[in-house]
This record gives sequence, structure tokens and C-alpha cells, in this order.
Amino acid sequence: MANFLVWCVWFVAAFACLVSALAVVTFRNPFYSALALIGNLASLAVLFLLLSGEFVAAGQVLVYGGAVMVMFLFVIAYLGDKSEDSPWSGGPSWQIVGAVLAGGAILAEVIVVVGLAAGNFLSSPAPITRSFGSPASIGRLFLTDHLLAFEVTSIVLLVAAVGGVVLGSHARVTESSLEGDARA
Amino acid sequence: MLGPDIQWYVILSALLFSTGALGVMLRRSPLIILLSVEIMLNSANLLLIAFSRLHGSEDGQIFAISVMAVAASEVVVGLGLIVALGRRHVDLDVDRLRTLRG
Repeated sequence: MANFLVWCVWFVAAFACLVSALAVVTFRNPFYSALALIGNLASLAVLFLLLSGEFVAAGQVLVYGGAVMVMFLFVIAYLGDKSEDSPWSGGPSWQIVGAVLAGGAILAEVIVVVGLAAGNFLSSPAPITRSFGSPASIGRLFLTDHLLAFEVTSIVLLVAAVGGVVLGSHARVTESSLEGDARA
Repeated sequence: MLGPDIQWYVILSALLFSTGALGVMLRRSPLIILLSVEIMLNSANLLLIAFSRLHGSEDGQIFAISVMAVAASEVVVGLGLIVALGRRHVDLDVDRLRTLRG
């Protein structure tokens, strides 16, 4: 019974995941695409919970669904309503055909590789303890075995923050200098 | 483990990844290209967590969290570039943006 329920939740989450991903790719308005991506991230968090990755699921909702997507929405609102052309209109059609073929090739490649080469090794998950994926055990692992990754991640975030500030202030400087040029 | 085997997660992740790749190849707005890159990163995250569950080791989840941090930095820099472009009133179309020089 519990297994059946998990299957039901899995199918609903996987379906929502795929539909919202397709919506992100096909919507004309970037604002709707960003909203669809929030749905995609939330349904992925449900799948993470089914895989007993509780901390990652919480981080997914807080960091991705919260912070990153709010940043996206702010930028889209800041840039205003740019009229988007439909993804299927304009441009040479061979480009679209090539893109669809390449996407299908990626899909077939992954499925064939997994089905033929690794299919037999994938069906017996290892037993896990109750604390698997809990914040306590993830935090302990981060501060013992993966301390270097933790520190490097903080440096990456710092560099990205500096880069964002530099890009933003550079644009402001050139804008004001352009105005000065126009006045002079 | 309750629910589907790892193969199902692999297939779902492959579908998500090719959807994101399709978005990167088809769309011309840099904003939607960034959103599609997020889909691709997340499909990789799903696979990392699925295999971490399969092997019963949490290293994959650590990797997934690092990927999240890198994705957040990538979004900061990408959105900074897009805002800088938007302030110059350039067309936001990757086919027409041919140079990065100021």
C-alpha cells in the first residue's frame, strides 16, 4: 500500500516536472517561463524527498525556488515587457530540425547507455539508516570529509557576488558617461 | 526502497536534460536560455541524488548542494550581463549579440 502511494506521488511529481520544463521552453513571455520553472523546482524537491534527500529538498525550495527565482523575476520585471517571438517562428527551419535531432540524440544516448550497460546494476539500492540525508549528517560530512568543497563553494559565491556588483556598477558608470558625452 | 527503481529516475532525468538542451538550442532570448540551463543543472542534480540513494552514500548529495551553489553564482553573473545589456537598450537576442566588447 505504501509502495503504491509512493508510486502515485512519483508519477504526479514526474509529470509536473516534465510539463513545467516543456512550459519553460515553449512560453513566449519570460515571466511565465520563470513561474513555470518554480513549479519544476518544487516538483523536483518532491522527488528529492522520495530519494530521502531531505536537506537537499529543503535547500532546493529555499535557495532555488526562493532566492534564485526571485532574482530572475526581478530582472525580468526590470527589463520590462520585451516582445518575445515564438520559439517556433522565424529563423531557418533547419536550425529547429537540427536542435530537435540533437535533443533526441542526447535522450537516446542516455537511455541506451543506461539500458544496455548499467541496467543490471541499478535495481538493488543499498540499505540506509534513518538519518540518511538529514541536515545533521550532511553538515557533519561537509565539515569533515568535504571541507575543501565547502570552502571552495564559499569562495565561488564570493567571486560571483563581486562579479555581479562589478557588472552592475560598470553598466551604471557607462550610462552616466554616455549622458555626459551627450551633454558635451 | 519504496517507489520506482533508479532506472525511472534516469529516464526522467534524461528527458529533463534534453528538454533543457532543446530550450538552449531553440530560444533566442538570453533569459530563457538561462532558465533552460537551470533545467539541465537540475536534471543532473536529480541523477546525483538518485545514485547517492542507490549507493547508500551521501557524497552525491554533497555534490548536488555544490552544484546548487555554482548554479546560483552562474545566475548572478548571467543576470548581471543581461541587465548590463538591457541598460544599453540592445535587443536581447543571442543571434544578434555578436560581440562582448563595450
